[in-house]
Amino acid sequence: MKFLDEYRESSAAAQVARFIRRIVRRPWTLMEVCGGQTHTIVKSGLMDLLPPEITLVHGPGCPVCVTPVELIDKAIAIAARPETIFCSFGDMLRVPGSSKSLLEVKASGADVRIVYSPLDALKLARANPAREVVFFAVGFETTAPANAMAVWQAEREGIRNFSVLVAHVLVPPAMEAILGSPHCRIHGFLAAGHVCTVMGWEEYTPISRRWHVPIVVTGFEPLDLLEGVQMAVTQLEEGRAEVENQYRRAVRREGNRPAQERIAEVFEVAPRKWRGIGEIPSSGLRLRERYRAFDAEGKFHVDAGAVEEPSECIAGLVLQGLKKPFECPAFGTRCTPETPLGAPMVSSEGACAAYYLYGGRRHEGNESELPSAAPGR
Amino acid sequence: MKEMNLSCPVPPRADDFIVLAHGGGGKLTNQLIERVFLPAFACTPLEARHDGAVLNCNGLRLAFTTDSYVVRPLVFPGGTIGDLAVNGTVNDLAMCGARPLYLSAGFILEEGLSMEALRAIVESMRTAANRAGVQLVTGDTKVVDKGKGDGVFINTAGIGAVETSLEIGPAAVRAGDAIIVSGDLGAHGVAILSVREGLEFEAPIESDTAPLWAPVEALLHAGIEFHCLRDLTRGGLASAVNEIAAAARLGIEISETAVPVGEAVRGACEILGLDPLYVANEGRFVAFVHERDADRTLELMRGFPVCKDAARIGRAVESHSGTVTLESRIGGHRVLDMLSGEQLPRIC
Repeated sequence: MKFLDEYRESSAAAQVARFIRRIVRRPWTLMEVCGGQTHTIVKSGLMDLLPPEITLVHGPGCPVCVTPVELIDKAIAIAARPETIFCSFGDMLRVPGSSKSLLEVKASGADVRIVYSPLDALKLARANPAREVVFFAVGFETTAPANAMAVWQAEREGIRNFSVLVAHVLVPPAMEAILGSPHCRIHGFLAAGHVCTVMGWEEYTPISRRWHVPIVVTGFEPLDLLEGVQMAVTQLEEGRAEVENQYRRAVRREGNRPAQERIAEVFEVAPRKWRGIGEIPSSGLRLRERYRAFDAEGKFHVDAGAVEEPSECIAGLVLQGLKKPFECPAFGTRCTPETPLGAPMVSSEGACAAYYLYGGRRHEGNESELPSAAPGR
Repeated sequence: MKEMNLSCPVPPRADDFIVLAHGGGGKLTNQLIERVFLPAFACTPLEARHDGAVLNCNGLRLAFTTDSYVVRPLVFPGGTIGDLAVNGTVNDLAMCGARPLYLSAGFILEEGLSMEALRAIVESMRTAANRAGVQLVTGDTKVVDKGKGDGVFINTAGIGAVETSLEIGPAAVRAGDAIIVSGDLGAHGVAILSVREGLEFEAPIESDTAPLWAPVEALLHAGIEFHCLRDLTRGGLASAVNEIAAAARLGIEISETAVPVGEAVRGACEILGLDPLYVANEGRFVAFVHERDADRTLELMRGFPVCKDAARIGRAVESHSGTVTLESRIGGHRVLDMLSGEQLPRIC
């Protein structure tokens, strides 16, 4: 398949891996920001190809993982109302709120539907004028344009039975929050390629300068990630800290201007709470005054109240790259994808689920039996 | 080490309700079987955990199996619920090494279903039964109120005559066995999903629903030393090989590049965020055969149109008992786990 196979090719991967081994002198810790990248790394066994000097830690770029519990609770409260059709991307359904998940509300009779696009939810609103259709608008800058478009269209067409529950978050403030943490041990970032297809990469230049970290805009296939690592390590070994673009086939410096304009038309920047991390200023989006009629929180007056996450939970440490999932005592025992205790175990993009599904259950003590040595390591 | 008192942000979920994933063919299905059904009905044939039960009746070895079909939509590219109801049960018998002979059919019809739709389904069952060489010899009909069904639900049970002296099942798998998959994966699941979600692809993807006794019969009669056969339905290849690895107490190694997946299905899975190794099939099986028979098995299989893309994908090993590992395209290694919950489309 064109644009995929050439980025999953074993001899090219081995070649980049050899190059990395040749140039690396010191130990470096890199964070891949996006959950989709974590997924690829673990699914393709990419760590097998990297030299021991390179540590990859998994960033907070998984919308499922960082959406706060109280927002999940609000989603559940809205979904449980008899007049609503609650629409969501698939992997939000399994995320546990404070007492249950959307899947469980669905099992007890709520009309919860998986859609692939917010525009499909809008179609449902047109087709069911007597029902209230609510779309769970989660995600980073990647999903924001389509969500903005749905609200914009609803407003143009005067569709009153459509609203969105907004849980949008932004990548650069999260990167700054991680860099500002006293425990930060990140030397460089592989920035989320798909976020940059929308936003471009200019907004990363000040971060790279201020914190003196290389930031490489990186794609999602195994070879993309290896190249991203190669570019970041080259910078680190040469003492440089710049923004570079590995994902040139998809990302332009200025990004997708029409998409950015649509986001700015409908949304404004606001503070947001991140699950496991806490509130980060200017790190999210909310509907502008003009579009507030489409805000599900206002429309349904749901108040789930603040749910405090106990400080012992290590999801926050995992999302900041301070701990690996298998360092959690509950990993794989009390906490599995069937009975997730925290959100990173839910989505296949979540670091814990990715490790559980693909990385081997190291907690069972059978690590030595699992293949870890790759050819050429 | 000091005892850690870990409290995660969310209380554990109670397993108080049936969720859709209990029917998904993965971990929750297995939990349901182990925690609810097996304790109630424990007996030797059931505990073999195979696609059907092999029973001794007055010196005759019979295979017996049942399956229910609740697919939506009732008609999809490449087949109907009627095709599945015949082929699915026929294939469960074939996986026991049994010639499928007789089927029963139970119909649960929803009030308001058009007679024309029912006739079309029945006609597809007739054609499928003829193709598979089975007779439908007994049946039942129930009608439920509108809204209490999804048009038609069908249950079929089947009886077949075991035509081999081999003990076919996970317990017979040995380290060193070659693992062969009978064709390209994922077409059925993607065909259903594409209709359900209104997705259109350049090349329409058709379900692979087909009877599998003919190739199995040819292999048995050629004297191939089968150790285990399993048709790859819900949960896909990954769930099937995990079940076998667990039951056989052996490790399994699969090579990702060797697993046949059609271009159209791969493309659809990429778009939908699904893994073809977990997607349902209705006319594919996996065979564990003695290493020395591997090449001959492939050659014989490929003589049947339904198995033209048969491929050797891996082997059973002594190490990492109960675990399936996959060598990825780029040469990395990882665990290939059983389907956990439903496969949910990812956000981005």
